[in-house]
Amino acid sequence: MKTIKVLGSGCAKCTKTAELLERRATELGVEVTVVKETDAQVIMSYGVMRTPAVVIDEQLVHSGSIPTQVDVTVWLQS
Amino acid sequence: MFEVFTRLADWLAYDLAGLSSVTKTGQALHFFVEDTTKIFVLLVVMIYLIALARASLNVERVRDFLAGKHRGAGYLMGAGFGAVTPFCSCSSIPVFLGFTSAGIPVGITMAFLLTSPLINEVAVLLLLSLLGWKFTLVYILVGMMVGILGGFFLDAIRAERWLQSFALKALEQGRQNSAGGSVSADAMSMAERHQFARDETLEIFGRVWKWVIIGVGLGAALHGFVPDGWIEANLGDGQWWTVPAAVGVGIPLYSNATGVIPVMESLITNGLPIGTTLAFCMSTVAASFPEFILLKQVMQWRLLAILFVMLLIAFTLIGWIFNFLFPVI
Repeated sequence: MKTIKVLGSGCAKCTKTAELLERRATELGVEVTVVKETDAQVIMSYGVMRTPAVVIDEQLVHSGSIPTQVDVTVWLQS
Repeated sequence: MFEVFTRLADWLAYDLAGLSSVTKTGQALHFFVEDTTKIFVLLVVMIYLIALARASLNVERVRDFLAGKHRGAGYLMGAGFGAVTPFCSCSSIPVFLGFTSAGIPVGITMAFLLTSPLINEVAVLLLLSLLGWKFTLVYILVGMMVGILGGFFLDAIRAERWLQSFALKALEQGRQNSAGGSVSADAMSMAERHQFARDETLEIFGRVWKWVIIGVGLGAALHGFVPDGWIEANLGDGQWWTVPAAVGVGIPLYSNATGVIPVMESLITNGLPIGTTLAFCMSTVAASFPEFILLKQVMQWRLLAILFVMLLIAFTLIGWIFNFLFPVI
């Protein structure tokens, strides 16, 4: 079970990122919980300046854009 | 070089749509077609080329570079990087906090954040193609000055006192372990640069095309439907009160630079004085209510109010100075 956080102030790209992660997880049959984190203080604590950013099990894996399908697949399968 | 777009507009508006070039509707459609096609082509070509050149510049590197810089140079560089760094306004809070927790003074961070929406490659391109290089240069200099002087002022009044407490704490911690910049220049291959530039072009174009249509549409409406000479007759003398009035209307309105520049062109050609136009347009771009609400997360009301008044005064002064220096352009 992976816990995924999507960091970002609720812009359109963050919503898309969260949707992409959820969809890909369902397709691959990986169990995940995706949470959208909009609190500025929490985003700061990960040292993120460009959103959307993706944190998987407390590990920052991506920042600054909607991730690619390929990246998402790799994260979910690792 | 731009003639092809005029021809295209001639053909579409006068031949295909069969409108006469002396009617208001004909002129408005012509203006609209000429400007949108010209801007779209320029945008795609230039965003790609610029992105290629700046592929390895990002906010993290700017932060590392600005951290530990001397204040005087810091404002200039903050504003300079604000102009050239690719950056989405939805990231302004994370960037503010990222800079702050690296111990960068609030004024330098704000110099970056104030200049960023005012000057960017899309704005400069539009200005160059619609209003010429002299006006573009003036616009860039004024935009930089707003950032530099604004930043300087905020540090002079010790604005950090009115940050939200967690942000102030982050700033203080950042100051203690600010070791200065360790800029890691990761070399990029040409293929990576191309990939970045292509994504960037699609991304920016996807974001701004509707603004161009809205802006040019408004400009066209002004062009075609506001009676000739009305603006000039009523506001053309640059009466002193028109400038603060324009700023007062402009600040709560939100537009990005892409949408407002075609309107600027239309206002100027219709005889609105350059200072009044600059004041109106810059205040629409630099500040908006949604942005102030976002900034509330990191600033107390008091600082927000100071920022608001500071911008109001700054843009009013810009308007007055330019109306005084260039009564007719």
